[in-house]
Amino acid sequence: MHRSTITQARELLRQKKLSSVQLTEAVFARIDQVEDKVQAFVHLTREKALEQAQNADARIAAGEDAPLLGIPIAVKDLICTEGHRTTCSSKILDQFVPPYNATVVEKLHQAGAVIVGKTNMDEFAMGSSNENSFHHPTMNPWDLDRVPGGSSGGSSVAVSAHECVAALGSDTGGSIRQPASFCGVTGLKPTYGRVSRFGLVAFASSLDQIGPLTKTVADAATLMNVIGGKDPRDSTSADVLLPDFTQALQKNVKGMKVGIPKEYFSTGGINPDVEKAVQEGIRTLESLGMQTVEVSLPHLDYAVATYYIIACAEASTNLSRYDGVKYGYRADKSDTLVHMYENTREEGFGEEVKRRIILGTFVLSSGYYDAYYLKGQKVRTLIKQDFENALEQCDVIAAPVTPYPAFKLGEKLDDPLQMYLADIFTISANLAGIPAMSIPCGFANNLPVGLQLMGRHFDEAGLITVGHKFQQATDFHTKETPL
Amino acid sequence: MAVLARIKLTPDEKTRLSGQMGTILEYIEKLEEVNTDDVEPTAHVLGINNVFRDDEPAEKPFADHNPISDSPAHDKGHYEVPQIL
Repeated sequence: MHRSTITQARELLRQKKLSSVQLTEAVFARIDQVEDKVQAFVHLTREKALEQAQNADARIAAGEDAPLLGIPIAVKDLICTEGHRTTCSSKILDQFVPPYNATVVEKLHQAGAVIVGKTNMDEFAMGSSNENSFHHPTMNPWDLDRVPGGSSGGSSVAVSAHECVAALGSDTGGSIRQPASFCGVTGLKPTYGRVSRFGLVAFASSLDQIGPLTKTVADAATLMNVIGGKDPRDSTSADVLLPDFTQALQKNVKGMKVGIPKEYFSTGGINPDVEKAVQEGIRTLESLGMQTVEVSLPHLDYAVATYYIIACAEASTNLSRYDGVKYGYRADKSDTLVHMYENTREEGFGEEVKRRIILGTFVLSSGYYDAYYLKGQKVRTLIKQDFENALEQCDVIAAPVTPYPAFKLGEKLDDPLQMYLADIFTISANLAGIPAMSIPCGFANNLPVGLQLMGRHFDEAGLITVGHKFQQATDFHTKETPL
Repeated sequence: MAVLARIKLTPDEKTRLSGQMGTILEYIEKLEEVNTDDVEPTAHVLGINNVFRDDEPAEKPFADHNPISDSPAHDKGHYEVPQIL
């Protein structure tokens, strides 16, 4: 029962063959069975979830229908949940209980969802392995010695290990797509501005987006219908039409053009088994009637450097609010206010967060601003133009998500630059603001591999059409972890 | 930089972080290869600016919650901090 998708569970709930309480209890039974091994959650909201499930059952009994009515969902722990701790997996927010809900959480409630708990992540979403969590690492259910990816590692694991039916994550440089790829689930980063960021703890405000992690593309479409749309409380949310994404599931891909960016395959270091799975995925798209065209994204090689300038600059500004005064952790025994700030931030932040704040402070500092930050913003323009040019020649771009499958815990911890380079294929979509999705397309040494689809601004529907047709023709997304 | 960022680092952290920072900055310097003479910087991908709304209070912001109660140190409705001067 806990293995069902949103589509399957909603059908059973509608037909009254299953109650939301039964489904929620099955999910918690599964959590009790596997959570010790994978540690996907920071905390569970068991009692509240059962209350929400009872409410959902009452609404169903009264004849109500809503897209997520009675469906157990997990939420990444940087999305504010009123009355429930939201820690960002950081010591500095460990005891923080938000007095309000993020807009996406309000929307989940309106759609009838049951929230099972908050998932683990790299501290402040900074990381690609979930090892930067203050609480504990999270393990990949395909191989418990390996990382689940990050920073939405907890949400990806919760979905792939069936500890929830679907989850929300966030993606600043690949934080939905990379763990989705490592864990064999579907992950969609929407267009920048498609989903409200109100109540999302900010990392890099011009790059962050909330998006779904699901078992199928069809479920991602359902969640996008719920969470998308302009929000007066987020002035960067876009005032554009929100289509019914489930309609995109009915469309055909025949005649659509898929662009293959040559630079993504000529970059050294791509694992041959990953490349093979991605190439086979592209052949599947061709067999569905899509036409492949070669496209060029010539500034790929500069994306990682550009990203780390911009993301760290924005992070250093955003995280200046953690000063030990208004909320969160405060260090004991400081003689002056400035020492209290310094001690609080020294004790409250983990090493990766400190590294990025200091790097961001440097690139914004007087005398270095033009050479680093302004230069980064200019190269960002070129990267965005690359995608706009490429997407004039094709409807979607297909590429790898990561150069290799899930790596071992501890393998890259001592070398931050190597960890950053793992994001090379995902961060460009954030810099350009375009939507991008990871769908399972094969295995490398028994570890899942993702195929990345990237589209035009606000064309999540195009990705959903292609991804859904791909999943109808393949069964990689239905493969089960050994757990 | 740690002083500007208001983070006190241990001597051990200072050594490790400055080494790593050197490697990262060396990598970032590859952007110098790119000619950006006539390129406008991108701060925001959608080009949205000046989003206005009517100046009306939201309905019951934070309901009955007093934000000062979230502070790690507060007294009689005020934030408590160490000596400033």
